[in-house]
Amino acid sequence: MSPTSKGSGSLEKKDRWSAGVTPYAEMGYYDADYVPKDTDILCAFRIVPQPGVDHIEAAAAVAGESSTATWTVVWTDRLTDHKHYQAKAYRVDPVPGTDQYIARIAYDIDLFEEGSIANLTSSIIGNVFGFKALKSLRLEDMRIPPHYIKTFQGPAHGIVMEREMLDKYGRPLLGATVKPKLGLSAKNYGRVVYEALRGGLDFTKDDENINSQPFMRWHDRFSYVMEAVSRAEAASGEVKGSYMNVTAGTMEEMYERAEYAKELGSIIIMIDLTVGYTAMQSMAKWARANGMILHLHRAGHGTYTRQKTHGVSFRVIAKWCRMIGVDHIHAGTVVGKLEGDPSTTKGFYDILRLNDIPEDPRYGVFFDQNWASMPGVMPVASGGIHAGQMHQLLHYLGEDVVLQFGGGTIGHPMGIAAGATANRVAVEAMIQARNEGKDYFQEGPDILEKAAKGCPELDAALQVWKDITFDFESTDTPDVALVPSIGY
Amino acid sequence: MKVTQGTFSFLPDLTDEEIDAQIRYSLRHGWAMSIEYTDDPHPRNSYWELWGLPVFDTKEEDSEIILREVRAAREAFPEHYIKLIAYDPTYTRQTTALAFIVNRPSVEKRFILDRTQGPGRVNRFRLVPDDRTPGSGASASSNGGAG
Repeated sequence: MSPTSKGSGSLEKKDRWSAGVTPYAEMGYYDADYVPKDTDILCAFRIVPQPGVDHIEAAAAVAGESSTATWTVVWTDRLTDHKHYQAKAYRVDPVPGTDQYIARIAYDIDLFEEGSIANLTSSIIGNVFGFKALKSLRLEDMRIPPHYIKTFQGPAHGIVMEREMLDKYGRPLLGATVKPKLGLSAKNYGRVVYEALRGGLDFTKDDENINSQPFMRWHDRFSYVMEAVSRAEAASGEVKGSYMNVTAGTMEEMYERAEYAKELGSIIIMIDLTVGYTAMQSMAKWARANGMILHLHRAGHGTYTRQKTHGVSFRVIAKWCRMIGVDHIHAGTVVGKLEGDPSTTKGFYDILRLNDIPEDPRYGVFFDQNWASMPGVMPVASGGIHAGQMHQLLHYLGEDVVLQFGGGTIGHPMGIAAGATANRVAVEAMIQARNEGKDYFQEGPDILEKAAKGCPELDAALQVWKDITFDFESTDTPDVALVPSIGY
Repeated sequence: MKVTQGTFSFLPDLTDEEIDAQIRYSLRHGWAMSIEYTDDPHPRNSYWELWGLPVFDTKEEDSEIILREVRAAREAFPEHYIKLIAYDPTYTRQTTALAFIVNRPSVEKRFILDRTQGPGRVNRFRLVPDDRTPGSGASASSNGGAG
């Protein structure tokens, strides 16, 4: 069986199956008439073709290289029902005023292993991002059908169960990352935890790079921190927690550390995104089986999420993490020191918390997404936020969120416990005002001033940080601008 | 110490007028209201006693009905912790939406940390109610500006 060739150098259209190179679009990887099935996994890619490369062919190439194709025709395709396995670019739209295109591509569910983010990502982002015919490529969004969602565990507990475990309702949760990030001995580290928790925070947190270094080994840290957590519970009568970072070089060490955290009575452990998707899925299963909340720090994500024309949008990472099964994930602050356009960040928060998210270009959401009742993930806002921004934080981020004030607690002039009290009083006063029907976003500073009259700790916090803002232009923004006055 | 469970424990005790504003906010959302009381405010005590059944379908303008129950519960259990709970039965939430303490005993309960020393410097901790005479200075900790 040998494919027929029309001879080299011929400008005539080559037969689909003759040996050599056939344009991807002609091989079936572009089909404008294709109607996606309910079971298909859909992707939106932002494509910038190299000069001279047709955008349809570029989109078809992405579909081809992320599914069945290779650079040249192979006769072995004909041993399969190849059309079934081919991804199909079905819609390619130019982004006005740019050299970019949004290509929507449909993948049959049959292409992916059930319950494996590693497999899903190896297919979708495995090869294609280095493709020479493209100047740059970004995976903007994915529609994951319920049929595939249901093959994943999802959050070990989810927002509802976490709140019931903590017995804390009706307000954002409060946390702090222990600072300095590096160098504290285990005993000094536990001191920060105790002061922050007894002062009024719900959580303290290991930083992403606190694992088990020479200045503080994990076993010692866990021991002192749990003494601090228990003592703060006795002092307040509240449930408290401290995210024990169990990130390590091997799964065996991660399990060992997680087991010790459980043995000590911790309610929560933590992992870093750097451990990889498979390790995250393993820890999510462990966390559910052992009744522990699982916190995820998105360490490293900025290397591929931040630039608008290349990489993977965080909204996709957020979807993968909800499927993987973490209970917490850092998702931006809008007002703090790290990247976070308000509209884009709202899109992330909706994807993590809601069951049904409609397509809405204003928030960078390219597809309807239904989570088929998979519990929500609690977003965490961390990085350069303080009590004086409480009205903005509540306005932009809502109630189901952990607000993490690291410097904004530990850097308080009257001490760590005072910093924690300032944050707690600020959040409770803002919730009270919101529920009373006040326009808390506009009146925020007055509400805080009033609360500070009965609370010297809040008063001092407002004085120290009143003018601190991080007002830089965002790089990761939706294509469609939102009228600035629309709030959410 | 002050037991700081509930949504508003770091604020000065809410007046009845302020409680009414929170009730109206809850009723506006269609949430069910209920009252629970206990003399065991241990943070892991999930089940306070029910003061009757939750009240469903109350209109915002009838918030007085709920406030009247709060007053009656306080009268019956002046030395207990009493909390007012708003429950959201909406699909995907189906849990408490707001819960705050509306009555405290004249002397707050306290907890001491019971420590069991184990091998390898591993201590196990458990909270036990402090039955010693209140105000004797037995508890070393205060909780910041909450008092």
